[in-house]
Amino acid sequence: MLEGLRAYRMIAGMWVRSGMTYRVSFVVTLFGNLVMTGLDFVGILLMFSQVDELAGWSLPEVAFLYAASVTSFGLAHLASGSMQQLGSRIRDGSFDVLLVRPVPVLAQVGGDRFSLRRLGRLAQGGAVLGWALVAADIDWTVSKVLLVPLMVVSGAAIFVAVFVAGAAFQIYAQDAAEVQNAFTYGGTTMLQYPPAVFGKDLVRGVTFVLPLAFVNWVPAAHVLGRPYPLALPGWVAFASPLVAAGCCALAGLAWRTGLRSYRSVGS
Amino acid sequence: MSGRMGTTEGSEGAFIEVDGVEKVFDVRRRKGLLRRERHQVRAVDSISFTVARGEMVGYIGPNGAGKSTTIKMLTGILTPSGGRLRVAGIDPSRERTRLAHRIGVVFGQRTTLWWDLPLIDSYKLMHRMYRIPDARYRENLARLVELLDLGDLLEVPVRQLSLGQRMRGDIAAALLHDPEVLYLDEPTIGLDVVSKTRVREFLRQVNAERATTVLLTTHDLQDIEQVCSRVMVIDHGRLVYDGALAGLHEVGEGERTLVVDLEREFPPVEVPAPARVVRVDGPRQWVAFPASEPAAGLVTRIAERYPLVDLSVREPDIEAVIAQMYAERAGRAPTQSS
Ligand SMILES: Nc1ncnc2c1ncn2[C@@H]1O[C@H](COP(=O)(O)OP(=O)(O)OP(=O)(O)O)[C@@H](O)[C@H]1O
Ligand SMILES: [Mg+2]
Repeated sequence: MLEGLRAYRMIAGMWVRSGMTYRVSFVVTLFGNLVMTGLDFVGILLMFSQVDELAGWSLPEVAFLYAASVTSFGLAHLASGSMQQLGSRIRDGSFDVLLVRPVPVLAQVGGDRFSLRRLGRLAQGGAVLGWALVAADIDWTVSKVLLVPLMVVSGAAIFVAVFVAGAAFQIYAQDAAEVQNAFTYGGTTMLQYPPAVFGKDLVRGVTFVLPLAFVNWVPAAHVLGRPYPLALPGWVAFASPLVAAGCCALAGLAWRTGLRSYRSVGS
Repeated sequence: MSGRMGTTEGSEGAFIEVDGVEKVFDVRRRKGLLRRERHQVRAVDSISFTVARGEMVGYIGPNGAGKSTTIKMLTGILTPSGGRLRVAGIDPSRERTRLAHRIGVVFGQRTTLWWDLPLIDSYKLMHRMYRIPDARYRENLARLVELLDLGDLLEVPVRQLSLGQRMRGDIAAALLHDPEVLYLDEPTIGLDVVSKTRVREFLRQVNAERATTVLLTTHDLQDIEQVCSRVMVIDHGRLVYDGALAGLHEVGEGERTLVVDLEREFPPVEVPAPARVVRVDGPRQWVAFPASEPAAGLVTRIAERYPLVDLSVREPDIEAVIAQMYAERAGRAPTQSS
C-alpha cells in the first residue's frame, strides 16, 4: 500500500512535469474544463429560472447535490489517471512496459497521464459547494458539519472504485471504455438531481446494487433534512465510508482478477 | 536435432528454467455481422530449455513463431497456460514485482522512457523506483553513458531522439539497476549498421564485465553471429534447434553452389546427382551440391563437356540455411512434431 502510494507520487510527478512542457495547451484545457463542467450548472440555473423548486428541492439544495457529485467525481477523476482509457494503453502495447517495473501496476495506472488540468472540474465543484452550504437552509449540527467532508471523500472513493472496476473490465474487453463512461459520467450527472425525480426502481438500483446513492443522495438528504425516497434507517446517512470501503475492496479484487487474465497483444 | 535440445542440464547453474511451457490464446474472430468463431492459437507449444548464468542466447524464428510470447512469459507479463517456468528461482507471473528488480527488459518497439522529458529524468525515476543505492546509481550511469555514448543526449527530451539514440537510451535504462538477466525483444529493429554494431559491442561488453545473462530475439542473424554463443530457433511455437550457430549448417543439410559461366547459352548442364542445376540465366548457371563434397570433381566434369569461361563457389549462407529450415517446416503438416 505504502509502496503503491510512493510509486503513484513518482509517476504522477513525472506526468506533471511532462504536462508543463506544453504550457499553452495546459492553460487552454484547464480553462476549457472549467467552462465545460460549469455548463452543467448553468443548465440547472436556467431550469430554476422557470421553476422555483425541483421535486420539492430549492436551488441551493440542488446546487448542494450537484456540487457534492461534481467534487467527488473531480477528486476521483484526478486520482485515477488513465484508468478510463486503459483499453487504448493495452491496445498500443505500452501496458506491457508497466508490468515489468517493480511497483504495483494499479499505482502506475493511477498516476499515468496525471494532469493538473483536471483541477478545473474540482475547482468549479468546490466553488458551487461553498455557495450552496451558505445559501441552503440547513439546521447545522456537529454531526452534519462532519458529514459533509466525509461525504465528499467517500464519494470520491466510490467513484475511484468504479474507475478501477472499469479498468479491470477493460483488460478483459479492451473496447469497453464506453460502458465505464455510462457509469461514471452518467452516474455523476444523475446524482446532480434529487432522487425523487427518478423512478423508484432506479433509486433502488443505485442504492442497493451499484451504490452510487452513497456518493451524495443519502448523506445529503440527511444534511438537508429531506426525506429519502426509500425507507432507510437513520444511521445509513453515515454509512458512506463503509460503502466506499466495500466498493474499493471489490474493485481491488476485480483488478487482480483482470490483471491475471491479461493477455497482452501480438508483437 | 543436435545440440542441447532434450538434455536437461542439472538445475544448479540453470538461471532460467523452462520446462514444457505453453501458451494458448483464445481468439474470437468475427464471422459475418454477429457470428463469432472461437479458436485457439498455440503461440508457444511445449518448450523446454535452460539458460545458465552469464550465457548469451539468441532466439530466432519467423514472424509469429512465439518469440515475443516466450519473453513475455519469462518477464511475468503473461501467465503460461501450462508447464513450469523459473527465473532466478522465481515464478515470474506469480511474483512479477519481486522479479522485476532482478531483470532488465528492452522492447525494441516500445519505450520505457518519458517522451516529453529529458533522458536523464527517466533515469532519475529508475533510480528512485528501483531504490538503487546512490553510489551504485552514479557509477552505473557514468559507465553506461560512456559505453553507449549518451553524454550529449542526457538533457534532450526523448521525443527529439532518433530511433537509434532512443534505443541506446532504453538499453541503459534497463541496466541501471544491475539486472542479472537482460531480455531484448528485437533490439536492433530499424537501426542502421553503425548503431547495430554499437549495440552488439555494448552487449558483449556488459556480459563480460558483469556476467549479465542475455536473451535476445532478432531477425538479423548478424546479431546472433556477433553476440550469441548459442542460438535457439522456434517455429510455430516449437523449439526446433538449440545449440551453436555453426551447428545450423549441418541441420540445414547445407549445400554449396557452384556458379559457372559458359561461352554461350546452354540447356541445364548434365551433372551427377545429388548435384543439380538450380538456376539458368543466359550463359550463367547455378549448380547446387552437398557442402560435404569437394567441388573439384564437379568442376572437372563440367569443364570436360562444356566451354567453361569462369566459375565461383558460394558457401552456404546461414540466412539461406535458416530460410530453408523455416520453409521446410512450413511445408510439413502442422501435426508433425520436431
Ligand atoms: N495477445 C495475443 N492474443 C492473441 N494471439 C496472440 C497474442 N499475442 C500473440 N499472439 C499469437 O501468437 C503467435 C506468436 O506471436 P509472437 O508475438 O510471440 O510472435 P513472434 O515470434 O514474436 O513474431 P515476430 O517475429 O513477428 O515478432 C502469433 O500467431 C500471434 O498471432
Ligand atoms: Mg515479436
